[in-house]
Amino acid sequence: MAEIRPIIPTDVAYTRTAIVLHWLTLALIATGFTIGMRMVDLPIAPQTLRIYAYHKWIGITVFVVTLARLGWRFAHPVAPPEGLPAWQRHAARASHLSLYVLMLAIPLSGWLFSSASGVQVIYLGLIALPDLVAKDEALAAALKSVHHALNFTLAVLVPLHAGAALKHHFVEHDRVLVRMLPALSGRREEPTR
Amino acid sequence: MKPFRSFVPPLAALLLAASGGALAEGVLIDKSEIRFASKAMGASVEGRFRRWKANVDFRPSDLARSKANLEIELASIDLASEATEAETRRAAWFDTAKFPVATFTSTAIRALGGDRYEIAGTLALKGVAKDIVVPVALRKDAGGNSIAEGQFTLKRLEFKIGEGEWADTSAVADDVVVRVRMVLPPVS
Repeated sequence: MAEIRPIIPTDVAYTRTAIVLHWLTLALIATGFTIGMRMVDLPIAPQTLRIYAYHKWIGITVFVVTLARLGWRFAHPVAPPEGLPAWQRHAARASHLSLYVLMLAIPLSGWLFSSASGVQVIYLGLIALPDLVAKDEALAAALKSVHHALNFTLAVLVPLHAGAALKHHFVEHDRVLVRMLPALSGRREEPTR
Repeated sequence: MKPFRSFVPPLAALLLAASGGALAEGVLIDKSEIRFASKAMGASVEGRFRRWKANVDFRPSDLARSKANLEIELASIDLASEATEAETRRAAWFDTAKFPVATFTSTAIRALGGDRYEIAGTLALKGVAKDIVVPVALRKDAGGNSIAEGQFTLKRLEFKIGEGEWADTSAVADDVVVRVRMVLPPVS
């Protein structure tokens, strides 16, 4: 059923670092997003203060990891998979670009929101990040909306991104997902080297 | 408890309002403030009390007769959010239903030289009374008022502020820095 495709040349494969950072980012975003959705309903308690802090630490980590990924990506460019229609290449490019923008803008909007709310972010309880803006209730309310809107955008884009990868794998039987999840390759096609 | 301003005769209050601030027993209350700062998860948390009374009679030439007494309405706490304010009124924190007022009563004022003084007194808060010493610096503003600024650090757990789960100082620090700024009109 699955047609045999050529082995991916190394210049179109993601490096191990890129792959690890990609899945690390997914884990961080899934955790940070879930905590963020739930923490807002928690009663005021020491545990709640901790959970808010963890949410912020996760967000700042996503920001830093994203900068690292962008740096790595520019240093190790990867060609798009061969044989894709142009519209898919453009759509993938646009969605990847949007994801990178969101992975920077969401933590940044959260950091700004925290600053405007008068709460400094102490990363990992150790590093005091500068307040980006002065305390301002109206600005805090606006930034909260921005933080939410950006997250809802992400909540739409991530399933699209994952859905596209799954469609490539299970419907089109190409190697788009395998590029980022090499563990899958052994089950369907044995690489020859 | 009513704000102290309601004790001032209305006419006097009107005249003083026109001159730029309510006067309460020797303190321009609108220009003065009682602030505090602590840390939650390492981040600074600041607030102040909106309503308090003062009875200050400060005479550098007669320190023995001088006094500085404060009564703070704890429920008037001003924090980042109303939810936090409501939380601090609960039994685990200030328990304002049972202990509505904190008082500071000076027992001795000592000159340290220059414009620096030391006010010793008793702080009564949530049923706990402790003797504290507050260093104060005095200066004049352009209007001839005296500005007395003092700062001291209290351990909130010594006053049972934040009991039970809140006693965990890894979430909220034990140290609370209290900053008092009193603006005193020129003595006639």
